[in-house]
Amino acid sequence: MSLDDSAEAGRRDPAALPRVLLTVLALMLLWPGLVISEFDPAALFEARNLSTIGAFLRGFWPPEVSREFLSLLWVAILQTLAMATAGLALALVAAIPLSLVATHSLSVSRLTGGRPGWPGRILRYPARLLMIILRSVPELVWALLVVRAVGLGPTAGVLAIAITYSGMLGKVYAEIYESVDQRPAQALLQAGGSRLSAFFYGVLPNAAQELTSYTLYRWECAVRASVVMGFVGAGGLGQMIDLSIRMFAGGEVATILATFLVLVLFADQLSSLLRRRLA
Amino acid sequence: MSIRLDGVGAAHPGGDPVLHGIDLHIRSGERLAIIGPSGAGKTSLLRVMGSSLPARSGTLQILSEEPGRLSARALKGLRSRIGMIHQSPPLPARQRVVTAVTAGRLGQWSTLRALASLCYPLDVPGVSAVLRPLDLGDKLFQRCDQLSGGQLQRVGIARALYQRAEVILADEPVSAMDPNLADHTLGLLNRLAAERGTTLIASLHAVDLALRHFPRVIGLRDGSVMFDCAAADVTEADLQALYANASLDSTLERQAASCTVPGFSPASAARSVAPRCL
Repeated sequence: MSLDDSAEAGRRDPAALPRVLLTVLALMLLWPGLVISEFDPAALFEARNLSTIGAFLRGFWPPEVSREFLSLLWVAILQTLAMATAGLALALVAAIPLSLVATHSLSVSRLTGGRPGWPGRILRYPARLLMIILRSVPELVWALLVVRAVGLGPTAGVLAIAITYSGMLGKVYAEIYESVDQRPAQALLQAGGSRLSAFFYGVLPNAAQELTSYTLYRWECAVRASVVMGFVGAGGLGQMIDLSIRMFAGGEVATILATFLVLVLFADQLSSLLRRRLA
Repeated sequence: MSIRLDGVGAAHPGGDPVLHGIDLHIRSGERLAIIGPSGAGKTSLLRVMGSSLPARSGTLQILSEEPGRLSARALKGLRSRIGMIHQSPPLPARQRVVTAVTAGRLGQWSTLRALASLCYPLDVPGVSAVLRPLDLGDKLFQRCDQLSGGQLQRVGIARALYQRAEVILADEPVSAMDPNLADHTLGLLNRLAAERGTTLIASLHAVDLALRHFPRVIGLRDGSVMFDCAAADVTEADLQALYANASLDSTLERQAASCTVPGFSPASAARSVAPRCL
């Protein structure tokens, strides 16, 4: 009797069937999505639509670079960046404590290998629910609601970003804590350390890179979101591009679009720089 | 009495039982090595004694407390008195050695002090005093991912020493070190434990190290204690029985029969299975 015979040779991979079923299920769910949304790529290439788009795009050249416009643009950029940054900072204030409550990685009852204890569960579910409520409503809708309370202006945009993003950041942070190596934090809890110190000594060193990169990505998203909220009166680049599109000032639109590109490039560079520093 | 197990059985959560009816009385300040073949339950036994694997049956007393009956706060206090040394130390790759060792005191420090020490290490002299005898004095501000496996294991040992635990549970503490260094490190660990009156319990694969450094040795096989005696009283027959591996032996026997290597007997085959056995 050799070792190979006694092992269950010839048995099929038990994971194969579930994988096939999940793939089929995913396809069955995706296909109706395309049908129901009436997705029709051919509409792009109809002659009438093409000529309209062509005329619109021709207006984009040359981009507007007059001194007066650029100084207006500069103020709008600062407004947009300030809105995004302030919104994200406020979101972090709520997201960090929520993520610490919601994560399973600091569970002391998991040390003994069992399920999380009831005090943990009683705290964790409300935290998760709160984050779901915060992020289930799009920031644009929050902005429209908040505008009723605080009036038109950047405040509505900042608050809207803070509300939605605290839910998103909290959820993803909690999951990042759980995705890194759990042994350091478990060992520290095992030696009687508090949850917070176990987090800072055991989880954060491994998670810092991922957290930074996700936060910067969310900042990039916040910049885009604050542009969108400019359309509903929150100021900044959004309001500016809204005006330019209405006035068919193609050159101005082109300059503003180029500005978006530069902003995202900047965020991307910053992210990879910080990731390298934290590697 | 430092640790007392009476008829303790244990199982992994949702898994098969790994320990059966273990009786073990360990006085405080005693130094004890656990040896046995792979899968015998050495790590599980250490985890039970460190209160991270609950005992399914029997009674367990650690430092005259019963961990199963303690409140969460009292259990936390008890755990801060137990130091664990892991085979592959659970240290974040980016963490500096000074922080990794400092973390040993987290159970005794307030969270505020722990955070302050993260910003600026508060006890550099204390940490380097622990690292120096382990030949790591110059690694104080290096990152853990710049260290070798053996150096990491010594950082883990330094952390447990810095914790000033009353009981140190070491799971294969020197497995990644060369024989000389392993010998030196175990000697040092034993000397420090003896000086401080710390109870030291270590699982070891290297039988010669166990017999040389520890006054008391227990042999564990299939989750039960096979022998428990002074190191001097462990016989060759005890070790043969402890490490005998039926399926491997029969394979080796068959190979021996087909190859007919001169001087190759099943007895020497059993010997070669026992790692570094005398």
